Amino acid sequence: MGATMGAGLKDAAVIAGIGQTAFAKRLPESERALACRAIVAALDDAGIAPSEVDAFASYTMEETDEVEVAKAIGAGDVTFFAKAGYGGGGSCATVAHLAAAIATGQASVGVAWRSRKRGSGPRPWRNTAVQLPTPAQWTRPFGLLRPADEIGILARRYMHEYGATRDHFFNVALACRNRANQNPDAVMYERPLTREMYMTARWISEPLCLFDNCLETDGALACVVVAAERARDLRQRPVYVHSAAQGLPAQHHGMVNYWTDDPLTGPAWTAARQLWKQADFGPEDVDVAQIYDAFTPLIPLSLEGYGFCGRGEGAAFTEGGALETGGRLPLNTAGGGLSEAYVHGFNLITEGVRQLRGTATAQVPDAATCLVTAGEGVPTSALLLRS
Amino acid sequence: MSTSMTGPTDNAPEPRPSPRTCPSPEPHSSPRTRPFPEPPPPDADALLLPVPDDDGAPFWQYAARGELRVQGCAACGELRFPPRPCCPHCQSFDDRWQRMSGRGRIWSYVLPHPPLLPAYAAQAPYNVIVVELADAPRIRLVGNLVAAPDAPLDSVDPARIRIGAPVKVVFHEQAPGVTVPRWLLERP
Repeated sequence: MGATMGAGLKDAAVIAGIGQTAFAKRLPESERALACRAIVAALDDAGIAPSEVDAFASYTMEETDEVEVAKAIGAGDVTFFAKAGYGGGGSCATVAHLAAAIATGQASVGVAWRSRKRGSGPRPWRNTAVQLPTPAQWTRPFGLLRPADEIGILARRYMHEYGATRDHFFNVALACRNRANQNPDAVMYERPLTREMYMTARWISEPLCLFDNCLETDGALACVVVAAERARDLRQRPVYVHSAAQGLPAQHHGMVNYWTDDPLTGPAWTAARQLWKQADFGPEDVDVAQIYDAFTPLIPLSLEGYGFCGRGEGAAFTEGGALETGGRLPLNTAGGGLSEAYVHGFNLITEGVRQLRGTATAQVPDAATCLVTAGEGVPTSALLLRS
Repeated sequence: MSTSMTGPTDNAPEPRPSPRTCPSPEPHSSPRTRPFPEPPPPDADALLLPVPDDDGAPFWQYAARGELRVQGCAACGELRFPPRPCCPHCQSFDDRWQRMSGRGRIWSYVLPHPPLLPAYAAQAPYNVIVVELADAPRIRLVGNLVAAPDAPLDSVDPARIRIGAPVKVVFHEQAPGVTVPRWLLERP
């Protein structure tokens, strides 16, 4: 039995279609309309009729639900639906849940989606009335109010322990911006970034400046997941879900993970162990990476967690253009959350698919493997995709 | 009200405060004996007050008495933070609240700038520090470094803030009946 454990998921499902709306600071349509547009576009991309859809997966923070979406797009009888928690930590888990449902025969055509008006809508941290007493009672009264403040604490400690500098964080911001400058769909398509702009930008929460923070975007995305056996009938080149994992480390505390023995080893480390255990290849074989970038310091932390370098080496890894096209690990090749759109990381999944189809705006030549990760610093998830 | 913690330290473990000496921490107590004042209606112009849950309530009750105490297991003695119903080491549901010396070191910090809630924006940039406790270095408390117990959140020059700097706890009554721990540099 040991030899076959996990074999049920490996390459059993494929991402057959992707769809998205425009990305902007403000879109006029409702989140529900945007969700339906993205889903219909993804089904059209796959060449699959909406009436064939029998599974849905999204985030617990998603405001549109299966009932409304299914009846609007004309889905058939739905036999599987699931939601993954912890904000952007759930992005890859939506695809993982669909792949598992399809591999185990619970459904045959799954849709994962995220629709969010975070650009024109309110900032969640301003709504103090709904914040949970735990752990907010230990942090909010002291003015640790926003995700940028919470991650800023880890970033400062990381700089102190390992000699990371603002230039390392700039390397991340620049790589994402450079790729966005090649992507006409990106919010920052025509907005180049320079080191001087970065170093003189206003602070948000020292040590993090404006350009260390992701965008605030309106937009929606979706993808269609089907069984691998169906891949030959599809309109697009299939992208295989090779491995998938979620990660909630022992004694983890969410974004304010200051109360564990080692706060700088986050959920990425847990997800990575499971992800690589199930895979036929390792970090050195990854051609291109889409790593969750709500904040620049999450990239060096994730590079360490997913095994691209050793503990404390994530900042140095970003040097010498390593994250740029032609570098050691091209990163967030459509611009990521920092410069394409911040839709809780779903645009990282769709860009992974484009890279493996060979249709990306900043295409990595012959890319055959891609790591996609969800939010780090919260219970997370990740996918290994292959062509 | 402010109370400095520079005096002799009582490290003896203590059970949860009894109803006779402190309002009951029982979850279903009546409003008259609630462990903590009812949260006031949201006030956009005030600093946020802690909204304790059942597990966290004793921390704030002790803080109101000028004591920094951390939840420990009554069976195996392991300390844990944040407070929770059950010991993750031995699964005992019995706890005792251990008094800390009130000394620690700065583990990390940020300096938030706007956009912020109005009361915080008015003092920005201010500091938020994370303190590792001398008695339990893996227990780290979020707080503010201030020049005096009742001083503003921006009362310490950011250039004075260093990771590793020794600090000691003081207590500040942020609203009537609501006391929060704050931190002073040991060597100001």
